[in-house]
Amino acid sequence: MKPTTDCKIEIRNLTMAYGSFVVMRDINVKIRRGEIFIIMGGSGCGKSTLLRHMIGLKQPAQGDVYYDGAAFWQSDEEARTEKLRSFGVLFQSGALWSSLTLAENIELVLGEYTEFPPAELRGIARLKLALVGLKGFEDYYPAEISGGMAKRAGLARALALDPDVLFFDEPSAGLDPISSRNLDNLILELRDTLGATFVIVTHELASIFTIGDTSVFLDPNTRTMRARGNPRELLKTSADPAVQEFLTRGELSAKANTVNPISARAP
Amino acid sequence: MRSVVNATVVEAIPPRLAVRQGVGGVVVVEIAGDWLGRKNLPDVGPVTKELEDGSVHALEFAAHELGRWDSVLMARILAIYDLCAKANVEFRAKTLPDGLAQLIALAEAVPEKKDAAREDSKKTFLHRVGDSSLDAWNGAGAMLGFVGESVLALLQMLRGRAQFRWSDTLLVIQQCGPEALGIVALINLLIGLILAFVGATELSQFGASIFTADLVAIATVREMACIMTGIIMCGRTGAAFAAQLGTMKVNHEIEAFQTFGISPFEFLVLPRLLALILMMPLLCLFADLISIAGGFLISTLMLDITPALYLHRAVAAISLVSFLLGIFKGAFFGVLVALAGCLRGMQCGTNAAAVGEATTSAVVTGITWIIASDGLFAVICNVLNI
Repeated sequence: MKPTTDCKIEIRNLTMAYGSFVVMRDINVKIRRGEIFIIMGGSGCGKSTLLRHMIGLKQPAQGDVYYDGAAFWQSDEEARTEKLRSFGVLFQSGALWSSLTLAENIELVLGEYTEFPPAELRGIARLKLALVGLKGFEDYYPAEISGGMAKRAGLARALALDPDVLFFDEPSAGLDPISSRNLDNLILELRDTLGATFVIVTHELASIFTIGDTSVFLDPNTRTMRARGNPRELLKTSADPAVQEFLTRGELSAKANTVNPISARAP
Repeated sequence: MRSVVNATVVEAIPPRLAVRQGVGGVVVVEIAGDWLGRKNLPDVGPVTKELEDGSVHALEFAAHELGRWDSVLMARILAIYDLCAKANVEFRAKTLPDGLAQLIALAEAVPEKKDAAREDSKKTFLHRVGDSSLDAWNGAGAMLGFVGESVLALLQMLRGRAQFRWSDTLLVIQQCGPEALGIVALINLLIGLILAFVGATELSQFGASIFTADLVAIATVREMACIMTGIIMCGRTGAAFAAQLGTMKVNHEIEAFQTFGISPFEFLVLPRLLALILMMPLLCLFADLISIAGGFLISTLMLDITPALYLHRAVAAISLVSFLLGIFKGAFFGVLVALAGCLRGMQCGTNAAAVGEATTSAVVTGITWIIASDGLFAVICNVLNI
């Protein structure tokens, strides 16, 4: 049994690019088992792209992601597929398969990798849906439920295979503050009960401070990561104005601006 | 009462923008009047001229007589701001009225992203030819890759190891088999009627109208039934495949399959391919019968050919080879339709317009493949004498 502090995920020298357009370079991150890791940064800085690199949807231009010390992209396709089975991914919109009911969405994943009889599959699907508060919605189609419910159903599907690592792309986008808070609590509970590691893309400050154990701040201007560490610590200790501005919702420069709106920027 | 009316229809003061030299290399831009009209607003030409001579180091505004204004004035001031930045002249925004100054500050708060601007779209002719050749080459590669993947998926299925569900396959079979019977029947009945009409008018000139039965039977069984059915299925089912897969792409549903380690190829393409391979020969057989029945109607009602004679001639005209050729071509066209639909669906971009393009492209690709390969079949049959 490995100690609980060991390194679960490591990103080494990762460069992200679309064709010749480099989005981010030199990303180095270590995530320990059981941590909630936040990828933050302004809109369009490549947060979701970094996530896509981590879940096998886009090959990095350079560098690699290491899971339990094994390189992900350098391994062959079979090993990658094997690795994917220990992941759970929640897409921004839920990305439920629209031709299947909620229960079937979960049963499909379970059925691919387990030998359970159909009744057993249905039981597990009901359990996973109950975990995210969707008991009784087993036979609904994704088009018949609200956006917030679709997101929770997506989470239930991500939990289907009892994953080691859960990836969330903007879990609280489009949710009201209370649902968003409940989702945060659910994430914390899942971490404590499953012992899973979480990678979450978000720019919801409340969530970042409530659940984040560690984080990375991506800056589109310098095209690399500006800071990493516990977001609450970063708020207290970081001297970087870009990080401070992000974590305080731009309060600092807003104050400066009200005193003197433009002269500081005059050419 | 009168004064209120007067106040609302008050004559707009014509907008004015003038430039004068201030003290010590300062240029003063005077803006005055109501900037509300949509036509004949002054432009920033005088400012450009003034900044050109290079002795200016600051720019101020005199806006005491400024009346009402909207975004057009904002745009003019932003243009002046950019001119100042280019000529390295100080832009004294504080001399603007408060509302304007704040809006300009807002517009300039985020610096322009230089490398985000689109590349100049003016490309030379050779550049464009090169681009489209490369696109065509890459497209052909992608197409071959897709065909290869589908063969691999079929082999996986034959070995019983493919990740797909028979329930999905049965659903697609229902959609592209039984549910297509109506349109296939209608079109092929009309084709049979048309062939018989052509035969009736032309052949009766030689007193050979009895051969109408042969004409309808041979043309239907060898060519028309499979081609027409292929084209119907392309427009009906191929387009549906492309739209389904394209929408799944937009919804990230295809990526969801990948992240669960399920091959979208085996799970989505294979059932559709199988369904069309199984259904197309049956639809072709059905089309054969319906089309010959169409010829039967015209021949017996218009040409005084007895029903028994028509049937006898039609059956005698069809050789087993012709019949099997038609059925085989039907199955082959089914593969083409499924591949074209799924290929374009999987290649779809991630927005609504891309789904429309994918659907259009699936139908165009499918019909092109069908007609081109039918020509190829005709040549091969000619060489082999069948």
